[in-house]
Amino acid sequence: MAIKVEHELHERRRGRNFGVFALLIGFIAIIFGLTVVKVLQLGDAAQFEKFDHVARPQIVPQEESE
Amino acid sequence: MSDISIQDTSYEASMGDYFALLKPRVMSLVVFTALVGLLVAPVPVHPFIGFVGILCIAVGAGASGALNMWWDADIDARMRRTAGRPIPSGRVAPGEALGIGLALSGFATILLALATNFLAAFLLAFTIFFYAVVYSMWLKRATPQNIVIGGAAGAFPPMIGWAIATGSVSIESLLMFALIFMWTPPHFWALALFVKSDYGNAGVPMLTETHGRDATRKHVIIYTLLLVPVALGLGLTSIGGPFYMAVAVVMNVWFLKGAYDIYKRDDAACEADKHAVEIGVFKVSLYYLFAHFGALLIEAALRQYGVGGW
Repeated sequence: MAIKVEHELHERRRGRNFGVFALLIGFIAIIFGLTVVKVLQLGDAAQFEKFDHVARPQIVPQEESE
Repeated sequence: MSDISIQDTSYEASMGDYFALLKPRVMSLVVFTALVGLLVAPVPVHPFIGFVGILCIAVGAGASGALNMWWDADIDARMRRTAGRPIPSGRVAPGEALGIGLALSGFATILLALATNFLAAFLLAFTIFFYAVVYSMWLKRATPQNIVIGGAAGAFPPMIGWAIATGSVSIESLLMFALIFMWTPPHFWALALFVKSDYGNAGVPMLTETHGRDATRKHVIIYTLLLVPVALGLGLTSIGGPFYMAVAVVMNVWFLKGAYDIYKRDDAACEADKHAVEIGVFKVSLYYLFAHFGALLIEAALRQYGVGGW
């Protein structure tokens, strides 16, 4: 039996499949956008990186010693 | 019989059928009031976070609409206005509507919590619960006061919008809630007075049918009288101002006069002019809500230039 690549179900559900595709792309765009906005709102990126699982004092700018 | 043919004449639901489950027309009012609640708040919100927040509220409202359609499919099938909805017309299976409603409720609530704050997400979750469980499952078939308490579900969106911006509940957001809450009964009963409904056939108690039209007219004037102090009180808070107050006074006088006209009439007068007054008041009630929230928005815009507010 030959495997039919194009089943009639593909045709029948084309609109729905594109709809789900569009929703998924939209969802990814929202999560990505939120990530960008939230990270930028943290202000100084070094402050953020400081908490990368372990304290990394070398990232913190040294204060002027007297 | 040599071959098996699968007889598949069943209708394939399209994306539009699923979208119809979300009650897009209700959603537009939810988006408008939630947006006003967000924009009049004294704390600025990043536009993208604001957009995601409003989207979550819209999807949450849509999800509760889908749950409502799942639960009320038996009622909807028996009323002309709703018989064409996706479930009673057979375009979407009840189980699908339930699944979509639950899934979207979860997505909307969790995303709102992550994007904004837990108070806003809690209020959204409570709104969905209130509409789907308290209103649809419990009150709608039990009491003619169903829309009074059920109206609370429609009143939450500006409060959620405010919570997205401020992370709190305050007198301003409570009064925006109260404005929609008190507005819903006279708005809806004015409609019930002129629409020939078949709620009775579906076994849903409606004030016009359980207590009669005269009692309904009395309810309209009483709730309108209770609405006035809420609308004017909102004008005295930090989001009000002279412009809002002017709009509120005009709209409240207009609405009150309409409610009084309804109260003075009897069925004979209604029949004589084919419910012209009731239809007029229903339209005024729509302008009423849009004018108040629109005025709040304009007041907020004026404040940017230092001319709005008290």
